[in-house]
Amino acid sequence: MEAFLQQLVNGIAWGGIYALIALGYTMVYGVLKLINFAHGEVYMMGAMSGYYSARWLGLSERPGAVSLLTALGIAMAFCAALGTAIERVAYRPLRRAPRLAPLITAIGVSLFFQNAGQLVFGADPKVAPQLLETREILRFGEVAVTNLQLVILCVAGALCAALTFVVQRTRMGKAMRAVAFDRETAALMGVPIDRVIAFTFALGSALAAAAGILVSLSNPKVDPLMGLMPGLKAFVAAVLGGIGSLPGAMLGGVLMGIAETLVAGYLSSTYRDAIAFVILIVILVLRPAGLLGRASKEKV
Amino acid sequence: MSLLALDGVTIRFGGLTAVSELSFAVEEGGLVGLIGPNGAGKTTVFNLITGVYRPSAGRLLLDGRSLAGLPPWAINRRGVARTFQNIRLFGSLSVLDNLRAVLGRELGYGFWGGLWRGARFEAEERRAAARARELLELLGLAEMAGEPARALPYGAQRRLEIARALATRPRLLLLDEPAAGMNTQEKLELRGLVAQLRRSLGLTLLLIEHDMRFVMGLCERIVVLDHGVRIAEGSPEAIRRDPKVIEAYLGEDSAA
Amino acid sequence: MPAARGLPGWRRAAAPWLRAAGLLLALLAFDRAMDQLHNPYFTQVLVLVAVNVVLAVSLNLILGFTGQFSLGHAGFFGIGMYVAAAISVHAGAQIQAFLHEGLHLPLLAVRTLFFLLLLGAGAAAAALAGVLVGLPSLRLQGDYLAIATLGFGEIIRIVILNIDAVGGARGLSVVSSNPAYSVRYEGLFAVYAVTVACILLVARLVYSTRGRAYLAVRDDEIAIESLGTSPTRVKTEAFVVGAALAGVAGVLFSQSQGYVHTNSFTFLRSVEAVAFVVLGGMGSITGSILAAAALTVAPELLRPVADYRMVAYSLVLIGMMLLRPEGLFGTRELTLGGLRRLLGRGPRAAEAP
Repeated sequence: MEAFLQQLVNGIAWGGIYALIALGYTMVYGVLKLINFAHGEVYMMGAMSGYYSARWLGLSERPGAVSLLTALGIAMAFCAALGTAIERVAYRPLRRAPRLAPLITAIGVSLFFQNAGQLVFGADPKVAPQLLETREILRFGEVAVTNLQLVILCVAGALCAALTFVVQRTRMGKAMRAVAFDRETAALMGVPIDRVIAFTFALGSALAAAAGILVSLSNPKVDPLMGLMPGLKAFVAAVLGGIGSLPGAMLGGVLMGIAETLVAGYLSSTYRDAIAFVILIVILVLRPAGLLGRASKEKV
Repeated sequence: MSLLALDGVTIRFGGLTAVSELSFAVEEGGLVGLIGPNGAGKTTVFNLITGVYRPSAGRLLLDGRSLAGLPPWAINRRGVARTFQNIRLFGSLSVLDNLRAVLGRELGYGFWGGLWRGARFEAEERRAAARARELLELLGLAEMAGEPARALPYGAQRRLEIARALATRPRLLLLDEPAAGMNTQEKLELRGLVAQLRRSLGLTLLLIEHDMRFVMGLCERIVVLDHGVRIAEGSPEAIRRDPKVIEAYLGEDSAA
Repeated sequence: MPAARGLPGWRRAAAPWLRAAGLLLALLAFDRAMDQLHNPYFTQVLVLVAVNVVLAVSLNLILGFTGQFSLGHAGFFGIGMYVAAAISVHAGAQIQAFLHEGLHLPLLAVRTLFFLLLLGAGAAAAALAGVLVGLPSLRLQGDYLAIATLGFGEIIRIVILNIDAVGGARGLSVVSSNPAYSVRYEGLFAVYAVTVACILLVARLVYSTRGRAYLAVRDDEIAIESLGTSPTRVKTEAFVVGAALAGVAGVLFSQSQGYVHTNSFTFLRSVEAVAFVVLGGMGSITGSILAAAALTVAPELLRPVADYRMVAYSLVLIGMMLLRPEGLFGTRELTLGGLRRLLGRGPRAAEAP
């Protein structure tokens, strides 16, 4: 039982990571009806920027909250800019193109970052410097919660709360919701579509960057291909929760993290990656709108 | 027995009832108009008849047999064809290929026959090509056979949609705003064409239209819908004078 | 050769067979000529070109002509590959021995029959997988279909990776248990004969009245459904045929390479196939052939910059979509007179895309 609870704790921590990435997918899908395949690579760039900023600023010599927040801030700002740039260059010109076109472009962008990353950063994994020392913080019997996991949960939670606030309580957030609901009408009503979409990308990318930093705390190996699998899995999480729904992305992320950890723990770690795809197929077949989403019909 | 009969047909989308307890019939060989202000649910009725939507309640009968649960392609094979309010041609295909795509369903060869390409294939291809040309001639589209469908002028596109529907050998033809976007001359020609098709092909027609003059001059009977409910039914003269109809259209440009 | 139409009876019937014979002789000559060069590297590249051409053309049927975005094409490739490899390793010698010693067939016939058996098995297995994948996936639209097929492709790969009987993570060497009966097919004739057959198959399917249905489903599913054709049937047919041909490509690959590993059919491979189709033109068989050939040969020619191959691929995808989404050929085909007649007699003017 206690082993199970430990797995659960680990799973929830991973879930926070997936939730952060999934939010980016779901927001972009909401406003553009596009699966941003390159999102996983933004996560990777977040981790990479954490590595380089830690090295160049010597953050590893001063582990602690300040270093962590510095790395987070830099990564989030950098990736927000990166995400906006990607949108501007690769997706905006295709806004009126048939649905297949931006999807293919997105795959192209994803591949580009993976491979250019290998050329620029080198294909060998780098070891991200430890910004926090791992300690056990809490203990319930045999179940241990490390400070890293707590940090992940707190940061992820805080960011989710901040995002919810922005989306529900600010003008920009309202504009985002309007664009997601009906882009044409929103444009006619004077909502600055381009700016809203750019902002959406910036937000989503910042969250992915945060996920990248948080992951490198506990899994210090960073390499240019690290975004592929987590990106796909986070996407599945977004679909699971209901693509287009923010609470859905959070819920989906947590569920995905738990499912994956349990499968790896109880079945076999080689099937760990497969479980994400199995969940994907099951959801698409049984309930394509996801747990918290709503299905939309095409007008005949 | 009527060719088409709707009996208490209702459809709800979430909290919205788009069509409510609709009943009417279309006799074989009849020409019935379905009119009503915008949003009355006319296209929804077409979607119900052709199987795109499933009714929440009520029955749809073709020749007395229920259409319940049948997918649109099966309903078409029973003899119901339609055109669409927003033209749905196969844009990237030529005019001729738009017809061939639809004629594919009555070919005498299948998957393996198409690969082997024996005498049977040849004969069927010739037959299909001939039928396609025949339909194009009928609708005055023969010169544009090789043009991409999306490059056609608007009126020609609407005629192509009709040709395509006719290619499926329907007994009942549903036309959704066939005159939309046409000028007076084109509308006159369309009216003549529809009447002629009805005579020469023995078609039964149900059409949705906004243009009152078009409808009044063509249809034998008219059913009037408003907010998903039938508010009147009768001859064009009776409808024209019906106070409920006039009220429903108040504020609309009803040049009757 | 003059157009067959005006010729008297028996000569008309014989014409396609004579053309086929002519084609086979040409392939034989091609094979012998390549042999003379004594350049195994060259031959290997040419085989890879053939494999990629089949992969591209089969995906074009699904993606270009029928408009279904499949990102799991490599999975079917892998199934064909592994089925052929497994049969070769575990039963190859036995089957050939039975044919040769039991049925007293000459070796050439034995080799040919065994090759056909492998092709059939690979195609059938991949087709079956196509049905299983297509059933839940094809009712989904655009992005969702892409992700679902991606998922299935990965599931297939991971499952095969965990089957020890075919090597698991170490891969499998395609070696016969009896050296007297080889299971390898490296010759260009065999590979290209199959490739040409696959191309003809897809061309015949699409360029006919019945084949217009694929394009109609791509353009407007709702319209074609309202006019008597089930889009599900059409999509499934395209998907299963495409999968089967990808399986055939897998067989060609395994029997020529002599070694199979799951790394040969990753998600990346699926993306490469998409790149071939997108570059060549979604809806142009000629385009797929040329694009597959070009993208296979280019990295070899540009050996010094081969490291940039994947970067180049990604830029091709992005650039194509931004600059020329219809690809190099769009929906047109290279209608050489000879190519036309090879497709068999049939309506001509009407088929011109």
